[in-house]
Amino acid sequence: MPRPGFVLDVDRSTPPMLFWHGEKFSLERLPSDRSRVIYPAEPFPGISDVGGAIRHALDNPIDMEPLRALLVPNMKLTICFDDASLSLPKMRRPDSRQRVIEAVLNLAAEAGVDDVHIIAALGLHRRMHEYELRHVLGSRIYDAFAPAGTLYQHDAEDPENLTVLGTTDHGEVLEINRRVAESDLVVYANVNQVAMDGGWKSLVTGVASYRCLSHHHNPESLRNTRSLMDRHHSALHHSIWRLGKVLRDHGPKIFQIETTINTDAFPSPFDFLSKREWEWTARDRATFLATSKTLNRLPRRAARKIFHGIEAPYAMTGIHAGFTESVHERTLDDVYRQHLVEVEGQTDILTLGVPFISPYNPESIMNPILVMCMGLGYMFNMYRNKPLVREGGVVIMTHPTYRDFHPVHHPSYIDFFDEVLADTTDPVVMSEKWEKRYAEDEWYRHLYRTGNAYHGVHPFYAWYWGAHGQQWAGRVIIVGGDPVAVRRMGFTPASTLDDAFELASDVVGRSPTITHLHVPSVLVADVK
Amino acid sequence: MISSSLAGKRIAITGATGFVGTALVERLLRAVPDCELILIVRDGRRTSAARRTQREILANDAFDRLRDIYSSSEESFEEMCARRITTIAGDVSTDGLGLDADSRSIFSSVDTIIHSAAAVSFDSPLDQAVEINLLGPVRLAELCHDLNIAPHLVAVSTCYVAGNRRGTAPEELVSEGPFAIGLNWRDEVHSARRLHGDTEAASRTPARLNEFRKRARAELGAAGAPALAAKTEQIRERWVRDELVTAGRSRAASVGWPDAYAFTKALGEQALTETKGDIPVSIVRPSIIESAWAEPRPGWIRGFRMAEPVIISYARGLLKEFPGVPEGTIDVIPVDLVVAAIVAVAAQGSKDAPFITQVASGGINPLKYRTLVNHVSSWFTEHPLYDNEGQPILVPEWRFPGRGRVQSQLGRAKSAITRAESVMQMLPLRGKQAEFAATLETRRLEVERALEYVELYGLYTECEAIYQVDNLMDIWNRLSVEDQQSFTFDPRVVDWAHYVHNIHLPSIVEHARVKSTPGKVKTADRSTRLRNQVLDSKRHVAAFDLENTLIASNVVESYSWLATRRLDSRERLRYVARTLTEAPGLLRMDRRDRTDFLRHFYRRYDGAPIEQIDTDVDAMLTGLIISKCFPEGIRRVREHRAAGHRTVLITGALSFNVAGLKPLFDEIVAAEMTVRSDGTLTGEMTSVPPTGEARAQILADYCDAEGFKLEECVAYADSSSDLPLFEAVGFPVAVNPETRLAAIARKRGWLVENWSKASGGPRSLLPIGPLLSERERRRSFS
Repeated sequence: MPRPGFVLDVDRSTPPMLFWHGEKFSLERLPSDRSRVIYPAEPFPGISDVGGAIRHALDNPIDMEPLRALLVPNMKLTICFDDASLSLPKMRRPDSRQRVIEAVLNLAAEAGVDDVHIIAALGLHRRMHEYELRHVLGSRIYDAFAPAGTLYQHDAEDPENLTVLGTTDHGEVLEINRRVAESDLVVYANVNQVAMDGGWKSLVTGVASYRCLSHHHNPESLRNTRSLMDRHHSALHHSIWRLGKVLRDHGPKIFQIETTINTDAFPSPFDFLSKREWEWTARDRATFLATSKTLNRLPRRAARKIFHGIEAPYAMTGIHAGFTESVHERTLDDVYRQHLVEVEGQTDILTLGVPFISPYNPESIMNPILVMCMGLGYMFNMYRNKPLVREGGVVIMTHPTYRDFHPVHHPSYIDFFDEVLADTTDPVVMSEKWEKRYAEDEWYRHLYRTGNAYHGVHPFYAWYWGAHGQQWAGRVIIVGGDPVAVRRMGFTPASTLDDAFELASDVVGRSPTITHLHVPSVLVADVK
Repeated sequence: MISSSLAGKRIAITGATGFVGTALVERLLRAVPDCELILIVRDGRRTSAARRTQREILANDAFDRLRDIYSSSEESFEEMCARRITTIAGDVSTDGLGLDADSRSIFSSVDTIIHSAAAVSFDSPLDQAVEINLLGPVRLAELCHDLNIAPHLVAVSTCYVAGNRRGTAPEELVSEGPFAIGLNWRDEVHSARRLHGDTEAASRTPARLNEFRKRARAELGAAGAPALAAKTEQIRERWVRDELVTAGRSRAASVGWPDAYAFTKALGEQALTETKGDIPVSIVRPSIIESAWAEPRPGWIRGFRMAEPVIISYARGLLKEFPGVPEGTIDVIPVDLVVAAIVAVAAQGSKDAPFITQVASGGINPLKYRTLVNHVSSWFTEHPLYDNEGQPILVPEWRFPGRGRVQSQLGRAKSAITRAESVMQMLPLRGKQAEFAATLETRRLEVERALEYVELYGLYTECEAIYQVDNLMDIWNRLSVEDQQSFTFDPRVVDWAHYVHNIHLPSIVEHARVKSTPGKVKTADRSTRLRNQVLDSKRHVAAFDLENTLIASNVVESYSWLATRRLDSRERLRYVARTLTEAPGLLRMDRRDRTDFLRHFYRRYDGAPIEQIDTDVDAMLTGLIISKCFPEGIRRVREHRAAGHRTVLITGALSFNVAGLKPLFDEIVAAEMTVRSDGTLTGEMTSVPPTGEARAQILADYCDAEGFKLEECVAYADSSSDLPLFEAVGFPVAVNPETRLAAIARKRGWLVENWSKASGGPRSLLPIGPLLSERERRRSFS
């Protein structure tokens, strides 16, 4: 039985704590008697017979007929799946999506369904490279469907292939992929790595248009999303659920398949990352020393290559299929069981070690905007009830925050950094003043549709993701970050963690309480 | 009374656009209310003589005082000028001054001629100095004979006609003085003209022409035949000029004058005396004319004259030493004193005026060289100039070294810089480094200029002649008190300490537009200003080059990427090895002629299936072009679009290779390749690829067809081979310039952008396509 997550109070005997620092790590000693470290639970064991579990889920769906019964010859079947933003890091092959889709395709073949389209539900994310598609779906599916043109990626900027299904009572227009809308049955295969994913969000964001996404991807709703990991208190999810209702009432029949994975993210030699520091063996210590020394000496490019090459030995911990809303409640139970850690009260300072990856840079570069998005968007939002840091407290992140950008994947991020951030860091101001120009830019549209670029508006969304954290925190300090980049984002650069504590003292006084969110591994703090 | 004796007179003036001429026109208009002026002005290259009068004379700030006076009178300044000034087009270096019939009849009514036109530059070519300084006065006299008139001719000469001598220089003709060596001015004219012809011929020998071509190519690179031709011709003309300048200086030195100016002026006096016939002539000889003592306002100066460049160079720390004899006299005379003397001589009338009047300070109110230097250095210690960092520049202590030592110091500096420059030229530098290399050229030019000053003006500062002013003082003593007040020319009125400190130096510092306040120079401001101009909505078209302007890649890379995309590892290796061995040859060919290179290189596409290429170029957009692009460049293209400009891509790359960039541009002009009926490429282009001078033509044609103006176009390119394009448009922008272009851009004040690839983008060592999966490759080959 894996040990649950817990809160460690730091005392003088506590060893230094591991902090992610982009493509590096560091060990930092936290002040004793007023610091605490939140550790996630150990990875739950996976399902031993994955194939059997998938078959069982398809045959015994929740609040729906078995998939077999839904498949009839001459029907239009569309299978959608989560893109490369999940899982992080990418999972070892075979990916759960491949296993699920193969099972679905087998049933479809048995039922004599010919008209099958497979669509990557990437929303405004970048198109996946061929090797990524092969990784997620396996070469068998890729080679069978891609050459025929029936495996493709959703295009949110293709007016021909988008259709409006209806409007919510809040005036939100549901505009989605025409093939999806006109299918007799849509099967969605997801990976529910964190509580934010899944449910109606899968289809309502994955195959929607920019117009549709802008109803909930905006500063207003993200500031009122408390938090992203708690859909019942998230304005973003409320809007998506309203749109989901329109989809349910006016759209195709949807058969949602959600899978959950455990937190076993790092294979050897990086497995020490998931261990608790005082339990490191001599070998772990040696590995830590060797890897961190090596990484410090490696060029960034090489270090990135190593990290993005990691394939996680995730195990599937649950699979549920059927009616989206019912399925998602079960999925959330599974996710929370793995992730939730009870925490007593807030502190003055929250420290976060920001890793090399975020959902928006698989196989790519964690640019400064993504550092903000990862730190203040994702990691800050890893809570239920209330944030780990008190309102007006300080968030300290560690990340090198290089001014490096991937020209192919993040072209609009480069301009966003140079143009928009030089003008304002306020999400509301930028959404009014700049968003439209980027969203409708012809060149970004071209690169999004034909290349491998995120949509022109995407840097805005990444920035809005951190809007709640940005508004909540009294000061944000980035340790070891490029000062120009850090300042441009409206944050404070510090060279060491101790300097950061010193800088924080202006805001939170001389002996603040500190909480460190222990990453890697994912947890959601249930703050009482 | 001077004003009453000149009242009602018609006074013709030559050289009115010059320093003395402008002050003279101003003084006559202001202080002699009833005279009329006939200005003989050369037609400009683009502006007429009348227009030049307005723009170059009357618009000068010398007339501010007069405008003030007329602002409160019934008659406006313009009306007064129109009433009193007649401009006729004429040129003293042409026989009969080149006057047309109307002008001749106007000219025939003059009472007085003040001839102040001269080639005053100390480094005029010999033939030019002879035509203007020597023959100018003769032509005036001949014109008068021709028209049968005998007006009073007041010719402005120079004290330095006395030549290199120590001791007193009296107010008499040099040819009649004790040091005359019996020169015949007609022989000098003849041989100067002949020398001009000979030099022109010598400049056209094959060896010389080859050398000029080589130099033009070195300066411009592969800029295309028309640009190279223009540059070569410019270099040739420059060479002729330099030869004639040297000839002038040598000839002058050989017969005892410091330079061609003084030499030709001296002969001019002699020639005028011989040819004047019954025309009454008065010669006025000023020494070194500097800024005004009092009129029209203290410190007024026009143009950058003799001592100013030297003083400013010294204040900026460029000139650490300047030769001169500390106890020598530097004979300076403020311009208003000279003007007053000229007017006084004219007013004396043809009978009473002395034949020669010297206007100089050395004889009665000398300014010692050491005193001047002390004043200058104490003034600049108090009011230092500032360098670009905003630090005050400390003026060096002047040690009065000999001329030889300074010259050899400067010579050494020059050759060191020249060597460094040529090394930098050979290095394949771009962007910031190239701009640094270009600053070397500026340094070299500065040293060269300093060397020239030393050579030319050194003689003057070392001159120890004392110019007598007996005639001048005679006239002075005859003047009424009122005249003495309104036409002050007594050199004794000048208080040198006051003049240098409070009048001359503040004036020239202001004039030189040097940095005289602390604080950093904001060069960024200049770039921002230029950038705003470039993006102004008034512009029409923005034309872009591709390679190294928008992407860090070239035709060889895109070919390699496409060619290797479907090869396996072994074949790739072979391809890379082969390409590397060919590289030096290709590079050489590209340097020699871009078009030939492209023709040769594109042959490699022969037989390539167009369908396959069309699929592959889609992948190449992200695989090569976008990963190597300059994000700032791409942003700039879009900014132009947002500003409502048309965007045009002009590139020597093949059209299918740049198809992915279509959404950025309204028009893409690229090399087109013909396709065979079986769907394979021929490797031959349909027309001349758009490179070099062809680009300028393409843009001009585009503008013509679309109704745009070339001068409202912006052009972005990276190489000096794009010079014709740059020169054709109103707003050139050099992107990541190589050294040559950086130097040109710097000189001409073009906007320079340094754009780089996104840091962090994929870097492949070799520009080859990514390995396709085995299955994919088999599929595409089957």
